[in-house]
Amino acid sequence: MQEHDLSWVRTEMALAQAAPRSEVGPLAWARKSLFATPVDSALTIIAALALAWALPQMLNWAFFNAVWSGADRTACLTTEQGGFLPAGWTGACWPFIDARLGYFTFGRYPVDERWRVILCGAIFLALLVPLLTPRAPFKRLNAILFFAVFPFIAFFLLLGGYFGLPYVETPLWGGLMVTLVISYVGIVTSLPLGILLALGRRSKMPIVKLLSVIFIETVRGVPLVAVLFMASFMLPLFVPPGMTFDKLLRALIGVALFSSAYMAEVIRGGLQAIPKGQYEGADSLGLGYWQKMGLIVMPQALKLVIPGIVNTFIGLFKDTTLVLIISLFDLLGTVKQSISGDPTWATPQTAKTGYVFAAAVFWIFCFSMSRYSIYMERRLDTGHRK
Amino acid sequence: MASQEAIRASEPAKASLLYDPKVRSLVFQAVLIFLLILGGWWIVDNTIENLRRSNITTGWAFLRGRAGFDISDRLIDYSSDSTFFRALVVGVLNTLKVAIAGIVLATIVGFMVGIGRLSNNWLIRKICTVYVEVFRNIPPLLVILFWYQGVLAVLPQVRESIALPFTSFLNVRGFYLPAVVWNGSGLMVLGGLAIGVLLSWYVARRAYARQMATGHSFPVLWVSLALIVGMPLLAYLLSGMPATVDYPQKGNFNLTGGFNIKPEFLSLFLALSFYTASFIAEIVRAGILGVPKGQTEAYSALGLRPGTGLRLVVVPQALRIIIPPLTSQYLNLTKNSTLGVAIGYPELYSVGGTTLNQTGQAIEVVVIFMVVYLSISLVTSGFMNWFNNKMALKER
Repeated sequence: MQEHDLSWVRTEMALAQAAPRSEVGPLAWARKSLFATPVDSALTIIAALALAWALPQMLNWAFFNAVWSGADRTACLTTEQGGFLPAGWTGACWPFIDARLGYFTFGRYPVDERWRVILCGAIFLALLVPLLTPRAPFKRLNAILFFAVFPFIAFFLLLGGYFGLPYVETPLWGGLMVTLVISYVGIVTSLPLGILLALGRRSKMPIVKLLSVIFIETVRGVPLVAVLFMASFMLPLFVPPGMTFDKLLRALIGVALFSSAYMAEVIRGGLQAIPKGQYEGADSLGLGYWQKMGLIVMPQALKLVIPGIVNTFIGLFKDTTLVLIISLFDLLGTVKQSISGDPTWATPQTAKTGYVFAAAVFWIFCFSMSRYSIYMERRLDTGHRK
Repeated sequence: MASQEAIRASEPAKASLLYDPKVRSLVFQAVLIFLLILGGWWIVDNTIENLRRSNITTGWAFLRGRAGFDISDRLIDYSSDSTFFRALVVGVLNTLKVAIAGIVLATIVGFMVGIGRLSNNWLIRKICTVYVEVFRNIPPLLVILFWYQGVLAVLPQVRESIALPFTSFLNVRGFYLPAVVWNGSGLMVLGGLAIGVLLSWYVARRAYARQMATGHSFPVLWVSLALIVGMPLLAYLLSGMPATVDYPQKGNFNLTGGFNIKPEFLSLFLALSFYTASFIAEIVRAGILGVPKGQTEAYSALGLRPGTGLRLVVVPQALRIIIPPLTSQYLNLTKNSTLGVAIGYPELYSVGGTTLNQTGQAIEVVVIFMVVYLSISLVTSGFMNWFNNKMALKER
């Protein structure tokens, strides 16, 4: 090979130069992502003005102008309403939350017995956290404890009446505790029921299929409020006279039936996405129906629809608030009741404060569920899709 | 050959009946039906017994009875002397009112937020994301109560009403707007509107046919806008301006006249629309992201402008992805309208509940609920399926 001696070809690399001023730095970023076009600029300015108007008001209400301590309503009243705060004051009345926090958490559960609820919650967390942590060992044992053993522990611990624990009837239950009890029962029962219904809907047996379709479509067609209404008015009609159902139990039945219909549709989506070859492969190995479903089809189908399942759980968690319509007191119910039924804290700001607090609690639960599902989805993605 | 024959010979003539899938499934289904009939019979028997004990006669005769309760928010004439049937009709109309209004607002807000989340503008994108994440994760009932008890219930009394532009007022009894009152010949204007709509439909059809045949386009949008606005206006002028505006008048204890939007309706409407809008926003975003990038590049390569390209290439394909989940959101909103019962908005569920309390006709009321909600669901999903089929990919 002949050595090139071309004067116009560089012999050494050019030094790296800093990017042009118009391409990097905060100004360039602002120009690109805030003021790219005239329309964009106008939108940015309008949005910034709206934020500048709304954000300080919200922050002032929640923090800077808020009342943080006080014994009763006078702490949160302006002079013209009979308190000490300057006229025209608005702000959150946080001592209201502080004073009613026990009620919001436990309802009217007897104060001396509340350790039982706390213990139950501790066991719940102790079982849930390792279950949700992918690296923790003993998954199978953990799942059995959480789904099969824990309900009994919770039942005896919360209701009592055995082992020397005083009996606490369910009308005394309330607050966050009821919200969690209803969601836990709804989640634990709706998943297996939903799987059965989804399999039923895809079954080759015409009668099983017909019954599943009728159940799913009827329940999905009516609002949860109507289902709860049926559970609370119709169930007593359906059973022999003298046999009574607990009100909480009626709500639990309603919620479980309702969410299982939605769960069934989510799982059916997963079942449909499993290629036919998987079914045929299982058949050719000589597996029976339940082995085929349990070992081959379901694990793949459930993995596909994790986002849908978690969305159903989140929906269920939010829907537990509806039990207040059949006068059960969940978290929202206790907040509502404290707002309208507690003269010690009746101020114009009480309602807003109470609902903002409840919204924050619900938001934290739902948001963490959705984040966890995104995390799980990424982890379980074994890369079969492109 | 010999070995095969040996195998055939060693095979049992027929598998045991216990392991025959056909027999098994028949037996299983027979057992299922038997259990179902048994359970159904048990329930019916108990129900008859319970109803007999509480002296309730089943049947629809109660619908003709005097209702005896008042409904504040109504679209048709109703008083406490009206029948239960009329009360239930008022309830159904109220359900439809809040559902339709909610669907319209939720769709508008949802599309705006969904497109906003894909905007190049950082600020708009963040605001839209925060909106979606906040509203999606809060129970709708809580939002309804927040609006009702937290915001609207602490508005000033009637005497200190907040005055808004166009002589409308806001106070604890709701939102007062000037109303347009039509006298006799108002129908002419409606007729004008109908003619305008029909004409613009015809123009659009002709313009499309002409463009297909000759390639010449026709400004359909402007012409139909002129027709739809112009025809009623013409009718209005010709019939001698038959409308007057009724402004709300401030009295000592009440505002009279005008058009009043009740706080119950307002809370339910706002809460349901903003809640559902957050879900619609996510659906719209997923729909637009679901259109491959190549489509955008292809319309640019063909020389279409971004606006035209979006309208003719991207949106029709995105709609295909958007419509099915959008339908279920509409159904959810309609079903969530039952939450109005928590704040006393007289929709079907709350009227039905009152009826039940007064008459004890639990079964009939539940049947009415089922029939009405199921038919609303069926009609909505039927319409959306029709729309979906119209939009769906026409594969050759």
